[in-house]
Amino acid sequence: MAKILLEMKNITKTFPGVKALDNVNLQVEEGEIHALVGENGAGKSTLMNVLSGIYPYGTYEGDIIYNGEVCKFDTIKDSESKGIVIIHQELALIPYMTIGENMFLGNERGSKFKINWNETNDRAAELLKTVGLKEAPQVLIKDIGVGKQQLVEIAKALAKNAKLLILDEPTASLNEDDSKALLELLLKFKKEGLTSIIISHKLNEISYVADKITVIRDGSTIETLVKNVDDISEGRIIKGMVGRELSDRFPKREKKCVTDEIMMEVKDWNVNHPVYMERKVVDNVSIHVKKGEVLGISGLMGAGRTELAMSLFGKSYGHAITGQLIIKGQEVHLESVQDAIKHKLAYVTEDRKGNGLILSNPIKINTTLANLDAISKNAIIDKDKEYAVAVEYKEKLKTKCPTVEQNVGNLSGGNQQKVLLAKWMFAEPDILILDEPTRGIDVGAKYEIYCIINQLVAEGKSVIMISSEMPEILGMCDRIYVMNEGKMVGELAGSEATQEIIMSHILKADSKGE
Amino acid sequence: MNKAKTLEFIKKYTMIIVLILVTALFAWQTNGNILLPMNISSLISQNAYVFILATGMLLCILTGGNIDLSVGSVVCFVGAIGAVLMVNFKVNMWLAILVMIIVGTLIGAFQGFWIAFVRIPPFIVTLAGMLAFRGLSNVVLDGMTVSIKDCTTFVNLFGGGANCYIPDFFGGGSINLTCVFAGVLATAVYVFIQFKNRATKVKKGYEVEKMPTMVAKTAAMAAVILALSISLAMHKGIPSVLIWVLIVVMVYGYITSNTTVGRYFYAVGGNEKATKLSGINTDKVYFLAYTNMGFLAALAGMVTIARMTSAQPTYGQNYEMDAIGSCFIGGASAYGGIGTVPGVIIGAVLMGVINLGMSLMGVDQNWQKVVKGVVLLAAVIFDVVSKRGGKLMANK
Repeated sequence: MAKILLEMKNITKTFPGVKALDNVNLQVEEGEIHALVGENGAGKSTLMNVLSGIYPYGTYEGDIIYNGEVCKFDTIKDSESKGIVIIHQELALIPYMTIGENMFLGNERGSKFKINWNETNDRAAELLKTVGLKEAPQVLIKDIGVGKQQLVEIAKALAKNAKLLILDEPTASLNEDDSKALLELLLKFKKEGLTSIIISHKLNEISYVADKITVIRDGSTIETLVKNVDDISEGRIIKGMVGRELSDRFPKREKKCVTDEIMMEVKDWNVNHPVYMERKVVDNVSIHVKKGEVLGISGLMGAGRTELAMSLFGKSYGHAITGQLIIKGQEVHLESVQDAIKHKLAYVTEDRKGNGLILSNPIKINTTLANLDAISKNAIIDKDKEYAVAVEYKEKLKTKCPTVEQNVGNLSGGNQQKVLLAKWMFAEPDILILDEPTRGIDVGAKYEIYCIINQLVAEGKSVIMISSEMPEILGMCDRIYVMNEGKMVGELAGSEATQEIIMSHILKADSKGE
Repeated sequence: MNKAKTLEFIKKYTMIIVLILVTALFAWQTNGNILLPMNISSLISQNAYVFILATGMLLCILTGGNIDLSVGSVVCFVGAIGAVLMVNFKVNMWLAILVMIIVGTLIGAFQGFWIAFVRIPPFIVTLAGMLAFRGLSNVVLDGMTVSIKDCTTFVNLFGGGANCYIPDFFGGGSINLTCVFAGVLATAVYVFIQFKNRATKVKKGYEVEKMPTMVAKTAAMAAVILALSISLAMHKGIPSVLIWVLIVVMVYGYITSNTTVGRYFYAVGGNEKATKLSGINTDKVYFLAYTNMGFLAALAGMVTIARMTSAQPTYGQNYEMDAIGSCFIGGASAYGGIGTVPGVIIGAVLMGVINLGMSLMGVDQNWQKVVKGVVLLAAVIFDVVSKRGGKLMANK
């Protein structure tokens, strides 16, 4: 048996209110490619952040044993000096710097007072050759494609003398050829003795390159599958990823709310990326939602769900949006958020802190922001009415706060989510698009949010729920669309759907696309 | 519990407490001179432009810590145009006022257009404006001073010259009875509004402040108004410029706290993306902030030339800094979204008191600048650190 290069023992990491990792164990042998798989939010990235020192020693429990010694990393620099280098899913390159400058950023050649550019570019050229990138080190990052940028990241890691390379979703934004090349590169490095940990959703790729596969679920390690010993077929991996019991974590709806009346219909909807304008993020999507229905849109992160929702919501995202939008039988053109609100559409963002709430303002101001007209007359706000409205919704949604004068920034995630919901419920929409409505909030608050959703459909509203948490989609939705890489790849009745079916829809589409 | 309450109280009223302490300090150092009616009256007249500009600047800062560097030059330019019109072209005073207002507002709208719709950083647009309008002022005035001494009505109306006080209708002697009367009336109205609001709230069953707290607050405010009016009455009466300042402060105080538009300024500064996704046109908010700044700069321009009874190409220098400083000292956040008109006025008064106090003490001009700089830095450090829960270092 080869030498164990890395061992992570009983790692537990808690965030306020959430246990992200619970006694996770991971063993990586020298010279192997080790894959980490799991659903979104299972804890893969958190684990790697612990390993690389992004969460410094002391903020988690457990031990990291690397090369036979216990490590206590305070910063990324500490882990990098030992040869542990992480490449994040979001590339960390600076567009207006050259390839060479980027590769040695924070690791500059030469002395403190004079950068040795000759050495920088020489060494960069050498490493670029190793990773098989035919570009000069003097080329600006912005001028090369994403696939090449990914290779620059790897070359950058090699420049730091990486012994253990961690790749978080390295092929997520690459096309088929680039992905293939990258995987071959990893295999080549493996032969040269480099150890890597790869996080990926693309199970076909994992089966191809990985020697061992560790499955993480709900912050715990479930199992480690070894190539040529265990069955590592995709079906087997999926079972490990999703195989949990559904208990009654979801409130039952009193009576069936779904009607036959179609509330909103979207036909042939196309959206391009607002910056990379030729890239299509929503590709010919057609969906509909009925009155009183909870419609789920499932898919992995980056599938284009948020982009679809926001482009529907008064074109608040995207470029070159085409398609037909029909609300209550009437075709509408929503050119702005104002239009969308007027047509009784609401979008509750997945990013409540960034896009949803004004954290420095009190609950009452946040509650009324999307519908100030309802509490004002001739543009003069009736503050007493505002207060009354805020209190009404606070009680209705059971928001836990001392008063509605409290700043939203001081509330817990679950209560912030309730304020955000209150804000959009006060706008009196007929159709609510809830984007990841329970992300990062505890189980109790989740249950309450589900109750609110039930109440909304009971009132005859339609709810479109976008969620990466499959149990939630399965537990709550009457009907489910599966989205992948901008396309709708499946439609299922809530009753017939299982996690395996949804996953296989996504994966089938993935392998078809490649 | 009590300690926490005291801390909360200090945090909420820091600048008022500082203002009282600083005033007391100067009163002691100047043997009470700073509290003489004459000095209080001149404190108001000297700083009128700061009150007006700081109110406008607050709206810009609310949108996200954005500042307007051009106001000093715009003040000068508008003043120059007015003076030239009235003196060289003998244009009717009211027409000149109208032209000045229009020019100022148009300049604001011009800058606002680039900032709001084209999204050129405000710092750059207004820096360009600062240079351009300073130069244009020189062009308009031909590099000379234009005296408006003879336009007495204009000068008196905007608070300059010897007769810039509201005349005493009761023809009293050493005390201006009109001023006293106005003070008493204002106090009565203020107290009445406070109690009426409270009564409505009680009737509708909303939360109200505890009676003693409210009485104490109202009494303190009433005392300030009365003391001020009596003090002014003992000098020559109400300076006419105070009327302008009061109108601006009250109108903008109301807009920022009670109207939907006012709410938008805070929302944009608090979280622009969330505001946009709430169906509010954020571009318009920026546009409005800078257009309005131009409008108020025009008003400040009139006040400035009236007080100086002339227009000169050097007027208005560093006015933007006085306005910006007052906002930050008065509790506006350098990141936007936080700040009130009353707070800014207290900031401006504090700056004014420091200026006046040091002048009375005979402190060297250069040292005065040092002190003002230190006060500004200290105020913003306090603001940032207190919001971080008392932690001094950001990343420790």
